[in-house]
Amino acid sequence: MGTDMLRNHLRNAVLAAAALAGSATAHAAYDVDILPPGSPIARQIYDLHWAIIWVCVGIFVVVFGAMFYSVFKHRKAAGAKAAHFHENTTVEVIWTVIPFVILIGMAYPATRTVLEMKDTSNPDLTIKVTAFQWAWQYDYLQDGVKLTSFLATPRAQIEEWERQGEKKNPDYLLEVTQPLVVPAGKKVRLLVTSNDVIHGWYVPQLGVNQYGIPGFVKDTWFKADRPGTYRGQCSQICGKEHGYMPIVVVAKAPDEYAAWVKDQQAKSPVHTAAAAPAGAAAAPAAAEDPNRKWTLDELKAKGGEVYAANCAACHQPTGKGLPPAFPPLDGSKVVNGPKAAQIALELSGKPGTAMASFARLSDSELAAVITYTRNHWGNKTGEAIQPAEVKAARK
Amino acid sequence: MGNAQPGGYYYAPPSHWPIVGSTALLIMASGGVMLMNSIDGGGPVFGVGVAILVFMLFGWFGTVIRESQGGLFNKQVDLSFRWSMSWFIFSEVMFFAAFFGALFYARVYSLPWLGDADNKLLWPEFRAQWPSAGPYLPPQFSPMHAWGIPALNTFLLLSSGVTVTYAHWALKMGNRKGLILGLLATVALGFTFLGFQIYEYVHAYHELNLKLTTGVFGSTFFMLTGFHGFHVTLGAVMLTVILLRSIKGHFTADHHFAFEAVAWYWHFVDVVWLLLFVFVYWV
Amino acid sequence: MSAAAPAHDHGHGHHDDHAHAHPTGLKRWLFTTNHKDIGTLYLWFSLAMFFMGGTMALLIRAELFKPGLQFLNPEFFNSLTTVHGLVMVFGAIMPAWVGFANWLIPMQIGAADMAFPRMNNWSFYLVVPAAILLVASFFVPGGAAASGWTLYPPLIIQQGIAVDMTILAVHILGASSIMGSINIITTILNLRAPGMTLMKMPLFVWTWLITAYLLIAVMPVLAGAVTMLLTDRHFGTSFFNAAGGGDPTMFMHIFWFFGHPEVYIMILPAFGVVSAIIPAFARKPLFGYASMVYATASIAILSFIVWGHHMFTVGMPAAGNLFFMYATMLIAVPTGVKIFNWIATMWKGSMTFETPMLFSIGFLCLFTIGGFSGLVLAITPVDITLHNTYYVVAHFHYVLVSGALFSIFAGVYFWLPKWTGNMYNEKLGKLHFWLSVIGFNLAFFPQHFLGLAGMPRRIPDYALQFAEWNMWSSIGAFIFGFSQLLFLYNVIECIRSNRKSEQMPWEGADSLEWTHLPTPAPYHTFETAPVIK
Ligand code: HEA
Ligand code: HEA
Ligand code: HEC
Ligand code: CUA
Ligand SMILES: [Cu+2]
Repeated sequence: MGTDMLRNHLRNAVLAAAALAGSATAHAAYDVDILPPGSPIARQIYDLHWAIIWVCVGIFVVVFGAMFYSVFKHRKAAGAKAAHFHENTTVEVIWTVIPFVILIGMAYPATRTVLEMKDTSNPDLTIKVTAFQWAWQYDYLQDGVKLTSFLATPRAQIEEWERQGEKKNPDYLLEVTQPLVVPAGKKVRLLVTSNDVIHGWYVPQLGVNQYGIPGFVKDTWFKADRPGTYRGQCSQICGKEHGYMPIVVVAKAPDEYAAWVKDQQAKSPVHTAAAAPAGAAAAPAAAEDPNRKWTLDELKAKGGEVYAANCAACHQPTGKGLPPAFPPLDGSKVVNGPKAAQIALELSGKPGTAMASFARLSDSELAAVITYTRNHWGNKTGEAIQPAEVKAARK
Repeated sequence: MGNAQPGGYYYAPPSHWPIVGSTALLIMASGGVMLMNSIDGGGPVFGVGVAILVFMLFGWFGTVIRESQGGLFNKQVDLSFRWSMSWFIFSEVMFFAAFFGALFYARVYSLPWLGDADNKLLWPEFRAQWPSAGPYLPPQFSPMHAWGIPALNTFLLLSSGVTVTYAHWALKMGNRKGLILGLLATVALGFTFLGFQIYEYVHAYHELNLKLTTGVFGSTFFMLTGFHGFHVTLGAVMLTVILLRSIKGHFTADHHFAFEAVAWYWHFVDVVWLLLFVFVYWV
Repeated sequence: MSAAAPAHDHGHGHHDDHAHAHPTGLKRWLFTTNHKDIGTLYLWFSLAMFFMGGTMALLIRAELFKPGLQFLNPEFFNSLTTVHGLVMVFGAIMPAWVGFANWLIPMQIGAADMAFPRMNNWSFYLVVPAAILLVASFFVPGGAAASGWTLYPPLIIQQGIAVDMTILAVHILGASSIMGSINIITTILNLRAPGMTLMKMPLFVWTWLITAYLLIAVMPVLAGAVTMLLTDRHFGTSFFNAAGGGDPTMFMHIFWFFGHPEVYIMILPAFGVVSAIIPAFARKPLFGYASMVYATASIAILSFIVWGHHMFTVGMPAAGNLFFMYATMLIAVPTGVKIFNWIATMWKGSMTFETPMLFSIGFLCLFTIGGFSGLVLAITPVDITLHNTYYVVAHFHYVLVSGALFSIFAGVYFWLPKWTGNMYNEKLGKLHFWLSVIGFNLAFFPQHFLGLAGMPRRIPDYALQFAEWNMWSSIGAFIFGFSQLLFLYNVIECIRSNRKSEQMPWEGADSLEWTHLPTPAPYHTFETAPVIK
């Protein structure tokens, strides 16, 4: 019997047992397996995992079979008399050598997979992944496309402190504003890094889990077998919203992918700033005109969206923050003080605190969000900050 | 080994010193936290903690010295002291190993990585070269030259190793004068070393622009030499105590573990310095 | 060795003068230099911390009972996770083992006390301020450290005052552990009774000798690591900051150089306890004593070169990954030897199944499951898919709870008669065992499935497909947690009852504390050294 067959047999047995256990709630997700692999590496991982599990189950059955046999047979209550042996070099050597040999058997295929995983040469395309608290930014180095990917699940579904949350989406916590789009069947190399703390770019079905380490670029790769959607989450604790930092990869057939790239390039020409965050899709697709004058209301409207996507996690939708960790903006001295200081703060962040630089936002987004904070809640400065002012403040 | 004589082994009676020490550390830690976070009153709280700790050290060591002078420590107790001092020094070795590890890791792995092709995305200008203050901080600083004061300091410490060995030899020979002179020389060399070290720090800060904040070079440089200097200070203070005790005539040719413990410690500090000289200043 | 009356009579009547009058009341406990008193202090302290850490775990499990945020805000959740880990590791498991060491080592090697009784007291009274700092850190502005117990920068650099308190607590704990270990090593090497050669020492003593060595080797390294965190936080150094040429992964390397040996520090004494209990209840000498000693030593040595298995996802070169994978897998060999030896000890014995034996058998099966999941994680490619998921959480609770904690229970039940002179209530002991086993497996086995399905750890809220197993896990955790109240009750009931224990409650026990000392053990252990043949 091939190991594959054996594996499938035993697996089905486990699945059946689990299904039984869960039969009361027929819709329930009593998964007991790694998610179906979606890339060659993920498939190797999948096979390796089950091979090792079955070796371990085998050892367990033999070893604890012996123990439970002894527990039943060599009971005092069953009249067993204690023997006196306490040494036997032969068996001791045997049970040192056999595990060793088994381990070599496991190490061999694992080594091959490690070498393959680590081979990032000859990619079809390279994407820079930048993590920050708390979202992902994707930079298509060849095609000049830039995306920012925030959690898309509304807060109202999440927070249930005071009242029942809204009905949760099927992809609750695993949905993003802009997924990473890649061509299926192509080797995609990721250059993973971070802006602030360590995060982990983890998509199990693609067999990738790579820390983004601030100040360093680490590479990894994957190749999605076929078109489809693959979901994952940030795998390294990165602060308050660590649980709210999903990753969605959409693999498209190569021609669809090409069309998508074209479309994106049209939306945000090379070297313009980040794509619009949540809900801002309505914003004009045309390139930003830095000299355009915005009205206060335009800025406030856009700013509200930028705020919800970028700032609310810490400073809260209410603007009250979560003191003392995150200061309130409502009534803040900075927000109600000279605008230059706030522009500078947003651009460079406050080193050593969670308040990171938001220079990655576009001029209009920054202008909008600053205007919004200065004219919302109890703040009433009446000032409309123009994108040009932000632009001038960038060095 | 293994010849326990529970009857003759000295077991300390109940004592209040440990809990005084713990209280001191709790107060010190609280004060330290306050100081580091600019909370008012941190300084005084920390100071109170230090004062209690010093009080405890005098009390505790005073008790031990009295016990020793009272002849309560037999050979087996002496052997316990030897084991414990050896293991303590081993723990110190591992403490320094962490900082040396940081130095080696930064030089051998981090910097080359920061300068490699992929990292050009983040640090286009950076060239990985030791000494380095990293890709972001302005790198205008000079490292410390090995063959100036550091070399002199090496000479001083090595000589102090000789003088302390001489003192030990004299003690075993029953030559009190030699003992005292040897110790005096060791203490003097130790403090001279420290003087030079302080001078070197001033020089680094004012002329070389080499600071604790000078990237990873400054961090490892000051952390390693700083902790070493701290250990030299401790060693020199302990040597001074031993010197005073020698003058009082506390040690005999075959009963002087306190002396040996400090001598071991001093040699350990010496060896660490040699490693520092080679890896921090020289190569 | 069969059960013999104590060779020397050290009954209560035998009054000595060396330790003078014992102080009573509060003074006795504050100033004590008696190894048994100090052991008792450690054990009670550990139990208190276990309940504290357990309460945090139950809060975590309550929040994770269903998706959405019901009770805790995410920052506080992270603090709970962090402090739960720290409190359990440094407050519950380690002090419990030091408590055992204090009680047992002098008795088992025929010494009168620890080599440095006064320093022994300080070792204990250092863990108290450290615990105060840790727990108080919940109440300072910003809340307790919320970076996970691994304290990785730069996240830890962002956080508040509590982090400094945590760092200083770690320093103080380090000092305590180092002093405790020096004391233990010196006692073992220098205070053995005549004839008690190294290879005659009970395995518990051996495992602690090696554990103490590990502690002295790695606690200073941890101290160094957190010191660098402190200077990065407050004094402008750049050890872990790429901009200055440092590297956050450097912290991980240093931390795990400590961290992996640390997990063996928590499990080796467990091996020692189980090696005492299984022969006692099988009424048969321990199988393969010498290979047990060598296996323990090999595990300790190997533990220094496997740390990279916590870092397979940081982007090490392939050679690094492979080295750490091979080294890690190797540990299965000596650990296997131990498992096999214990089973061979049971083989053809004449077994009975009182509570200590039940917990030991539970340990054997469940620790092995934890070991196997460790092996799965050791396979680099598989770890890629499981790293920082609940699979890891399942793994380490199998080795820590059903490994370390179960053997602590086993040891407590085993030695309670010796410590208190009274027998615990066997029925309640067994009930405690069965409730624990059921609750434990219900709580932690499903976490394997969660991990396989990709649920990250350290998250307060999760996607819908994880809901079912999380619910069961929370139910199990509550069953397990509340069963521990029964343990507390059992211990107190045992102390206050007057079910006097026999001199030899366990037929097969043969180390010195049973054969050469009365039950309960006298306040002063061996006034004159026993003679070991
Ligand atoms: C008591 C504590 C303890 C113990 C004993 C172990 C034992 C082992 N651990 Fe575990 N481990 C932890 C505590 C412990 N661990 C903790 C706390 C973490 C998480 C830290 C954190 O991130 O917070 C962790 C994480 C951890 C990881 C990292 C996972 C990740 O973050 O991605 C890995 C990976 O290799 C690992 C592996 C192992 C291995 C191979 C063993 C081996 O020692 C196991 C050996 C035992 C056996 C294998 C079973 C018995 C053997 C036989 C019956 C012989 C025959 C067997 C074969 C031939 C297979 N552990
Ligand atoms: C060292 C030992 C140890 C022990 C014994 C435990 C015990 C338990 N642990 Fe823990 N755990 C760790 C070590 C340990 N843990 C570590 C190191 C981590 C990683 C931390 C990190 O990620 O940084 C962790 C993380 C961890 C997590 C993951 C959290 C996350 O990733 O966000 C979870 C979740 O289920 C968990 C659960 C539990 C439970 C249910 C228990 C149970 O065994 C607890 C038993 C419960 C009790 C003993 C409660 C007793 C109290 C009562 C009955 C109530 C009485 C109440 C009052 C009087 C007020 N632990
Ligand atoms: C990761 C959490 C986080 C996010 C996201 C965040 N901030 Fe902050 N912010 C902070 C913290 C922490 C501080 C306090 C810094 C300090 O200690 O002074 C702060 C301070 C500020 C201040 C100064 C307030 C004062 O009174 O001192 C302003 C203004 C501000 N943030 C605006 C913003 C805006 C606008 C955004 C979105 C574009 C944003 N922040 C996003 C964490 C965050
Ligand atoms: Cu980002 Cu966790
Ligand atoms: Cu490990």
